[in-house]
Amino acid sequence: MRGYAGQFLEIDLSNRNIKETKFPDEVLRDYIGGRGLAVKILWDRLGKKWETVEPLSSENILFVLTGPFTGYFPGTKVCVSGKSPQSNGVIGSTVAGEFGVDLKCAGYDGLIITGKAEKPCYIFICDNQVAIKDALPIWGKKARETIRFLVKKSIEEIKDVRLNYGEVKDPSILYIGPAGENKTRVAAVVAKYAHGAGYGGYGGVMGAKNLKAIVAKGFGPVPDVYDKEKTLNMVKDFSEWSFERENFRRWGTGGGGYYFGAETSSEPVRNWQNEWHDKESYKREEFDKYWVKRYWGDFGCPTTCLKLAVLKTGRYKGAICDNPDYELEAYLGTNLGIFTPEENIYLSYVSNELGLCGIQGGAVLGFAAELYEKGILTKEDLDGIELEWANVEAFAALAERVAFRKGIGDILAEGVYRAALKLGKMKGVDLLKYAVHEKGVAIGAHGVRSEEDFIAENIAYACSVQGGDHTSSASLPFDQGGGELSSILSDSAVFCIFASFGIEDIDKFNFYEAITGWKLTKREWYKKKAPRILHLQRAMVLLGGPDVKWTPILDDDNPPRFWEPLPSGPYKGKTLDRKMFEEARLEYFCAAGWNENGVPKPETLRRLGLEDVEAKLREADLIR
Amino acid sequence: MVQSDKVWISRNYENCSGCRRCEIACSIHHEGKIWPEASRIRVFMLVPGVEIPHLCFQCEDYPCVEACPVEALFVNSQTGAVNVDASKCTACGLCIKACPGNIPHLHPEGNYIVICDLCDGKPKCVKACQEGRWKALRLL
Repeated sequence: MRGYAGQFLEIDLSNRNIKETKFPDEVLRDYIGGRGLAVKILWDRLGKKWETVEPLSSENILFVLTGPFTGYFPGTKVCVSGKSPQSNGVIGSTVAGEFGVDLKCAGYDGLIITGKAEKPCYIFICDNQVAIKDALPIWGKKARETIRFLVKKSIEEIKDVRLNYGEVKDPSILYIGPAGENKTRVAAVVAKYAHGAGYGGYGGVMGAKNLKAIVAKGFGPVPDVYDKEKTLNMVKDFSEWSFERENFRRWGTGGGGYYFGAETSSEPVRNWQNEWHDKESYKREEFDKYWVKRYWGDFGCPTTCLKLAVLKTGRYKGAICDNPDYELEAYLGTNLGIFTPEENIYLSYVSNELGLCGIQGGAVLGFAAELYEKGILTKEDLDGIELEWANVEAFAALAERVAFRKGIGDILAEGVYRAALKLGKMKGVDLLKYAVHEKGVAIGAHGVRSEEDFIAENIAYACSVQGGDHTSSASLPFDQGGGELSSILSDSAVFCIFASFGIEDIDKFNFYEAITGWKLTKREWYKKKAPRILHLQRAMVLLGGPDVKWTPILDDDNPPRFWEPLPSGPYKGKTLDRKMFEEARLEYFCAAGWNENGVPKPETLRRLGLEDVEAKLREADLIR
Repeated sequence: MVQSDKVWISRNYENCSGCRRCEIACSIHHEGKIWPEASRIRVFMLVPGVEIPHLCFQCEDYPCVEACPVEALFVNSQTGAVNVDASKCTACGLCIKACPGNIPHLHPEGNYIVICDLCDGKPKCVKACQEGRWKALRLL
C-alpha cells in the first residue's frame, strides 16, 4: 500500500482506550480517505440506528482523516467529519494546515474518535506515543491562549523523550474555542488561528466529547509513494501552474468582498436582503493596508493565498486574523452591514478567538440583526444589545453570547435554521423566511439569484448532500466532471480546491495512480465510486434525526429568501425562475438515479452495491 | 585566482509565507523523500503567522566544529559549509550547545547530527523559495 501510512488510530474517550486499526485495500480503493472513508465508516457503524444518533453526544464518531494526496499535493488539508449537528447527515469538512502532514509523519492516516471523556481532555500524538491528557487548564480559553499553552507544553514533553535532539519544532494542533466547548452548532474545528473546518459543526462535536484539542507531531517521513519520480514531477507541474496565477496569489480571495457584491451581485448583504453593494471602502487595496504578510500558506502550498492582517492602531488594536478571506469578508462584513476592512478584521478576530465558524456564526448574527430591524427581537430580548447593522461592538458582544450560550446566545447557538424554529415559536411568527440555510447549513457567501456567481446554478445548494456548503455544490451534468462528485474527490483524496483550480481531472487521476499505484479511471470515479459515496450521504441526510428530519423534494429547495427579487443593483428585480429550477432539479435527480422525489432508486442502490442502504430506506418508509 | 564557491543564504523572515517548500526541497535532496524533520532547514512557527526558517549561518569561527570532540564536523573548504561525517558523529549534542542559534539537530531516525551543507553551493531551499517568488531566502 503506497501513499498511506497504513494505519489509523481509534481512540475511545469513554474508556481511554487507544488502538491502531487498518482497513482492507478494497475499502481504501473504493472510498480513498477523508470524506469518502468517513462516510463509509459512519454508515457501517451507525447506519442501522442513524435516526437515533444524537450528533452532540458520546454516540457520535468524530473523524480526522487525511488522504493519499496529503503531504504531496501542493497545499495540504485534513478532513473532519462525523454526524453533523447542522444537517444531521454527514459533511466532509476540510481544514488547511500542517496537521495532516504531522499525522502521516507520525505513522497514521487518520483518527476515529468515539465516546466522551469524563473530563476536558486533549489528545497528544508524537509518533507512536499517543495519550489522552488533561485539558482543564485550557478549558474555556480562547484560541491564542489555547495554542500558546499546547505548543509550550508539547515541546517540553517531546524534549523529555528526545534528549539531545536540538530545538524541537512546534507540533500541529487542531482545537476548539468556547463555541465548540459549549456545544454550539456553529463552532469550527480550528487550526492556526484562522483556518477552520466550519461546515458541519464539528467544533460542537468535539465539545460534546470533552475534547479540547488534538496535538500531532511526526518525526518520520511522509509515507512513500508508488512512483516517486512521476509524483514529484507532477507536484512541480502543479506548483508551476499555481505560480503563474500571480493575481490570485497576490490578493487571495480578498478581492471578493468588493467583487462579488459590485460585479456579480451574489454577496450576502444584511442577511441576504440584498446581494449587491459597491462600497469602494471594501476594495482589496483597502484590505492590503492591514496586511503584514502578503503571502501566507501551509505545508507545500505554492499559492499561499492567505494574508496576515493585523490592526496596529485604533480601537481594535491587537486584532489579528487572515485576509480576512472572502467568506469572512462577506459573513462578518457585508452580511452585517459592515463595509470597512478594519471592522471586518476585528470581527473575524473575535470569531476566530471564540472558535466560531465565520460563515455559520456570521449567518446567525445577521439573522438576529434582521429580526431586530424588523422589531421581532427587541433590545430586551438581546440582553440590552442594540443590534443595528454595522454596530461592530454589538455584533462582537452577541458573538460572545453565542459562543458561551449566554442569554439569547443559547438559542442563536443552534444556528439559523433551529434558531428560526425556536424563536418563531416563542414569538408566534414564521421566521424561516429569514433563515438562509440549506438543510440546516447556512449557505456559503455565493448567492444564486443573479446567476452570475461561479456557483451560479440554481440547484447548487438545493441538490447538494452537504446542504449550504459552497465547496461541495451540485451542478449539471451530474457525472461528467465538476460538481459534487468532483468535490468528493478533493475531500477524499484530501487536497485543496484552491490550489487545484484549473488542474484537469485526468491529471488528478494520474497523480492518484502515481501515489498509490492503483489505477482509477474517470469513468470508474464518476460512474461508480463517487456516486456511491454521494448516495450514502444522501441516504444519511434523508434519514436525519433525532431532532430534525428533511423531507425529500420539499426540503430540496432554495431558502425562501432566494426566491425574493434582488432589490437593487445591476440585477435589480432578478430572481430564480421556479419552473427552470424544478426542471433542473428533476434532471439532477434522474441523472443521479433518484426518483422524482429525490429518493435513491432501488436499482441505483443495487448497481452501486448498496443493498443495505435500500433496506434501510425501505424500513424508514422512504422507499415504498 | 581560484573562484570560490562560498555562498551565504540570507533570510527575510517577513517574506516567509510558511509554505515549507524549502523543507520539502531539502529533504528530497538529502533523504530522497519528503521528510520535514530530517530537513536541514526547518521552519519554526513561533505563533501562527510568525514563521522562521532556521538553518546554519556559517559563523566565521565555527564554534560547532570547535566543540565536536570526535572531529565529525568539518568545514568544506570550497563552500564554507559545515559538513557532517555521520559515521564519526556520536550524537553527543555538544555542537548544538555551542551553536549560537541552536541550529544543528539530530537526524530523526539516525544517531547523528544534520546541518545545512549548502547543497555544494546550490542550495535547493533557496531555489524552491525563489521559484515561488516569496524571496524569503536569497543567495549572497
